[in-house]
Amino acid sequence: MNKTFTANSLTVLLIALLFTACSSTPVEEETSDTTTIQESEVTTAVVEAPVQEEVMELEVLADTVFYFDFDKAVLRDESRVALMQHARSLKDSPRSIRLEGHADERGTREYNMALGERRANSVKEFLILEGVSSVLIEVVSYGEERAAAYGSNDESWAMNRRVELK
Amino acid sequence: MDIRALVCRSIIVLLISFSGIAWSELVIRVTKGNDSPTKIAISPIVNVGNLPRFDISRLVENDLQRSGLFVATPREDMLSFPSMLKDVYFRDWRLLGTDYLVIGKMSSKGPNKIEIEFSLLSVASQKVIFRHKVSGSAAQLRDLGHLISDKVYNAITGIRGIFSTRVAYITAIREVDGMIYRLHVSDVDGAREKLMLRSHEPIMSPSWSPDAQKLAYVSFETGRPAIYTQNLATAAREQITNFAGLNGAPAWSPDGTTLALVLSKDGNPEIYLMDLQSKQLNRLTQHFSIDTEPTWMPDGKNLLFTSDRGGEPQIYKLNIATKAIERLTFEGNYNARGSLAPDGRTLAMVHRKTGAFHIAAFDLQTRRIRELTTTSLDESPSVAPNGAMLMYAMKQEERGMLAAVSLDAGVRYILPARSGDVREPAWSPFIR
Repeated sequence: MNKTFTANSLTVLLIALLFTACSSTPVEEETSDTTTIQESEVTTAVVEAPVQEEVMELEVLADTVFYFDFDKAVLRDESRVALMQHARSLKDSPRSIRLEGHADERGTREYNMALGERRANSVKEFLILEGVSSVLIEVVSYGEERAAAYGSNDESWAMNRRVELK
Repeated sequence: MDIRALVCRSIIVLLISFSGIAWSELVIRVTKGNDSPTKIAISPIVNVGNLPRFDISRLVENDLQRSGLFVATPREDMLSFPSMLKDVYFRDWRLLGTDYLVIGKMSSKGPNKIEIEFSLLSVASQKVIFRHKVSGSAAQLRDLGHLISDKVYNAITGIRGIFSTRVAYITAIREVDGMIYRLHVSDVDGAREKLMLRSHEPIMSPSWSPDAQKLAYVSFETGRPAIYTQNLATAAREQITNFAGLNGAPAWSPDGTTLALVLSKDGNPEIYLMDLQSKQLNRLTQHFSIDTEPTWMPDGKNLLFTSDRGGEPQIYKLNIATKAIERLTFEGNYNARGSLAPDGRTLAMVHRKTGAFHIAAFDLQTRRIRELTTTSLDESPSVAPNGAMLMYAMKQEERGMLAAVSLDAGVRYILPARSGDVREPAWSPFIR
């Protein structure tokens, strides 16, 4: 507040100085003509049409990663919701997809390969039941070989037990 | 062996230094328990003539100490360095507490031929146990050293030595252009590491041919898993399978003609045999559950494998001719990836009773399980061809490392990696 006040006073002072400097001659007071401002009435001639509003279907991107419980290949509810959306879009505009199954690091590597495949297959079966053609779906398991999160703890393991739709 | 005997056995912690390779020749510091290993002195082998400078005696010391059954008499404690029997004063060695003494000399026999003559002496009985000669080229000095270790170990323990064997393993290292997977083969002491395959895609499940000339493994280099075999000497590769779904867990039959493997081309993982000549497949299992990780019984007529047909992974036995299946393990809620000792009786496997995954030994006759390791994410056991030790993969500070443990759990050591993760050790059969 103070600062603004000081700045303002300075500006006023400066203008005042300039003014005095320029007016070395005595200031003659000009008596301005008393012209009255005439207000004319402005009427808007253009009548605009009412605003058009179109309701567009928002393209919400469904999740492409689906998570699983330990040693399980059962789809969670949120995965089913997302997969139904994928199924709809795959039926509307078919394209080839790849389901990559993964496991966390616990347990043996080849068993985890099988587990990753089992998870990817449960996603595949869900999509087929939703009407997606099986020829569009490729399943590849990476087991525990391609971790999404590095770390030997529950959070990382939960991130790694997944199927990625690509 | 009961728990008390296990505890009473000396736990030997071997600390290892390493250099330019995944791990390298082991420099060992031994922490002894209350049970003393055999004391052996390796008198520095005398170099007669102008031969390459290489401390072959140190290599023999390291080999023998790594077995956990021996402790080497420090060189600085030795009062003399005899190379011939007439120079040996047994009393000096007895005062040092030495049980056995190795002496020898290395000499040149023509162009690029080195001969080492060595003897094993018993200090107690003051007798020569054996005299032996080995020879080879200058490039084979390490081989000659390991051969000496094998001979000495065998003469004292009655067990064939594994110092001339090799190990295959996978490394995964995060580099600038992403994760790089490598398949390596090295001497069992970590020296002479050789790169077999480098890939941006995972490599898994190395398995040795019984003649130790080839490896079978899984590689994702095409974007899908496929089984390959590769000749170690020529590096020549052959793609063996390319089926939809899993192509995994290759295991060479004892006669080398057949590969047991896992395919899920018909819907879910099943065990198959493939004739390596004709590539003909023989499906062995028919079950909607996971069947994987086949391993051969020494008779070549039975397989052990992992299946979750009982609700959780357990070890089953399968007769190849009749396809009859028998469940073997019942203790614990996770028993998988068996590796059978050459006696056909002791199965090393991944075992979980509560939360942690350990390596355990399962006796096929008594059906008893003994835990061999104490860390919590142990996997991929691979038994040495003499059945005395096994290597496995473990995690330490969130990094994958290889470790070894004796089958009586008395000896344990870690092979720390330079960088990244090391995993899936596969101990070779005896070479030649």
